Amino acid sequence: MNSEGTIKLVNFHFGMATPQLSFFKIILVYLAWWVFWGADQVYLLVRNGFDLNTAITDAIVTQGIFAMAGYVINTSMHSYRPSGKNALYIIIWSIALTYICMYLQRETLYRIIEEDAYRASFENSVIIRAAFGWLMIMLVAVLTWAWVYVKEKQESEERRNEAVKLAREAELTTLRQQLQPHFLFNSLNSISALVMTQPEQARKMVQQLSDFLRGTIRKDDKVLVTLEEELTHLQLYLDIEKVRFGHRLKTEIKIDEAAQQKKIPSLLLQPVVENAIKFGLYDTTGEITIVISARTDGPMLEIEVTNPFDEATSTRTGTGFGLSGVQRRLDLLFSRNDLLKTSRNSGIFTTVLRIPQSAA
Amino acid sequence: MTRTILIDDEPLARTLVREYLQSHPTFEVIAECGDGFEGVKAIAQHKPDLIFLDIQMPKINGFEMLELLESPPGVIFTTAFDEYAMQAFERHAIDYLLKPFSKDRFDKAIAKWKSQGQKQNEHTAELLNSISQPEERTRIVVKKGSNLVILPVQTVFYIEAFDDYVKVHTKDGFFLKKKTMAHYEKVLDPAQFIRVHRSYLLNLQELTRIEPLTKDSHVALLKSGVRVPLSEAGFAKLRGVLGI
Repeated sequence: MNSEGTIKLVNFHFGMATPQLSFFKIILVYLAWWVFWGADQVYLLVRNGFDLNTAITDAIVTQGIFAMAGYVINTSMHSYRPSGKNALYIIIWSIALTYICMYLQRETLYRIIEEDAYRASFENSVIIRAAFGWLMIMLVAVLTWAWVYVKEKQESEERRNEAVKLAREAELTTLRQQLQPHFLFNSLNSISALVMTQPEQARKMVQQLSDFLRGTIRKDDKVLVTLEEELTHLQLYLDIEKVRFGHRLKTEIKIDEAAQQKKIPSLLLQPVVENAIKFGLYDTTGEITIVISARTDGPMLEIEVTNPFDEATSTRTGTGFGLSGVQRRLDLLFSRNDLLKTSRNSGIFTTVLRIPQSAA
Repeated sequence: MTRTILIDDEPLARTLVREYLQSHPTFEVIAECGDGFEGVKAIAQHKPDLIFLDIQMPKINGFEMLELLESPPGVIFTTAFDEYAMQAFERHAIDYLLKPFSKDRFDKAIAKWKSQGQKQNEHTAELLNSISQPEERTRIVVKKGSNLVILPVQTVFYIEAFDDYVKVHTKDGFFLKKKTMAHYEKVLDPAQFIRVHRSYLLNLQELTRIEPLTKDSHVALLKSGVRVPLSEAGFAKLRGVLGI
């Protein structure tokens, strides 16, 4: 499920085509190409005894119509990926286009030039004209094919690089979050303080910290666990925080019976609670209560975490400093960005997590 | 006797310092504080020689607390992990204790402080003058009488130079802060606060209109009705930001 989510996210980012920087240059070269052949044609006709006017008219109509056909085959190929099956389609399409071109050229030229000698010459050279046209159209087709092919290669390369980069970033973020240096060092400092006065308590805290870290390191963050399991892990964290901040920190956990066995990506809840605790503890100076509640809502598991904050002086904006990682994980796992919501109301900051259950 | 105050939001962290200090009989702990507000009060009341100060604390951090003191005592910083603060300490050759610290390391810090107490205070003063903490981008902590006030930067109308201080103007009047204009110009979001004059840093959200004053000088009219002079360069900068 996770890998699917990742791919979707990548597509979302890189679905756009590369910018067409040299569009006008290409058009210019293309037109010059047809002018060159037109000039050639004028030269040939004049040498064969036709007057200049006739020759120029013939060249403009012929090359103009072929140029348009080239443009048609070029644009029609952009929406098709080059493949064996499409190669056959291109050949048939180019022959049909040549036929249409010949018909249009004949109709147009006969209407403009009424000279019998010219008409006879046109009839005589119709095979050569058609062959020339078809070659030109095929040339455009082959060039277009090569261009689309190279562009696709580049795009898929870019996409792959970007995916690798994203994966690496996600990994780093996870690592950093797992380490939680501030929490870790402060906890060790608390243990250091407890050793002399309350050795039993110190030993207990070493145990709790070890269990918590082991749980953090061992768990694969793609794995879904039951809410009950996640809460057991969370409890270790809460116990440690209460040794550090016991004089200020109270927690209330209210979980519906039905919600206990619902699934949640492992280690998703802890950073949300950590954010609430930090927000509460650093934004106020008094005692704070963190409330964690969970219920089922149709196909969703809904978890709500609240913390108090000081409305008058709070400078935290957005979702709070620890939640962007949670948001990102939810994005990657479920390809949805509406699963984490925060709100602030009369001094209470609320984080609501919604975890889809059907996908499990 | 060296009179010390311990300021840390974790009681156990204070317990540890108190315990380590027991082997230094010339040091006396006269107070313990759990946040910067208490710290400011206790320091004003007891005038300690030395404080042990944590950085990350509720409401205001250790640096913000120090800035509020008239004459700061000696400081030994204690912090668990604060990359930003650690860099600042290194830059100013300030000794600090990284939690968890050993008794040996603690004794060294005490010895160092004893040997060069006054010089270290100078280092601390330099640190405070030059530091731009991440929190400063979002709030300014000031003192009104004996009360501490936290001003979210979006509530600041404008900042005005005033001798060695700046006046931070808000809807509740102005507050003095011992910082420079250049400091706030550097720290605050340049998209929100524009240096419109040598002596004025303006919150763009407060601007209602620009009025001509004389032929080639202008003033900014704020929502609060106050007029702030614009220098020629400031007027040009303001026009650039507003796209007019």
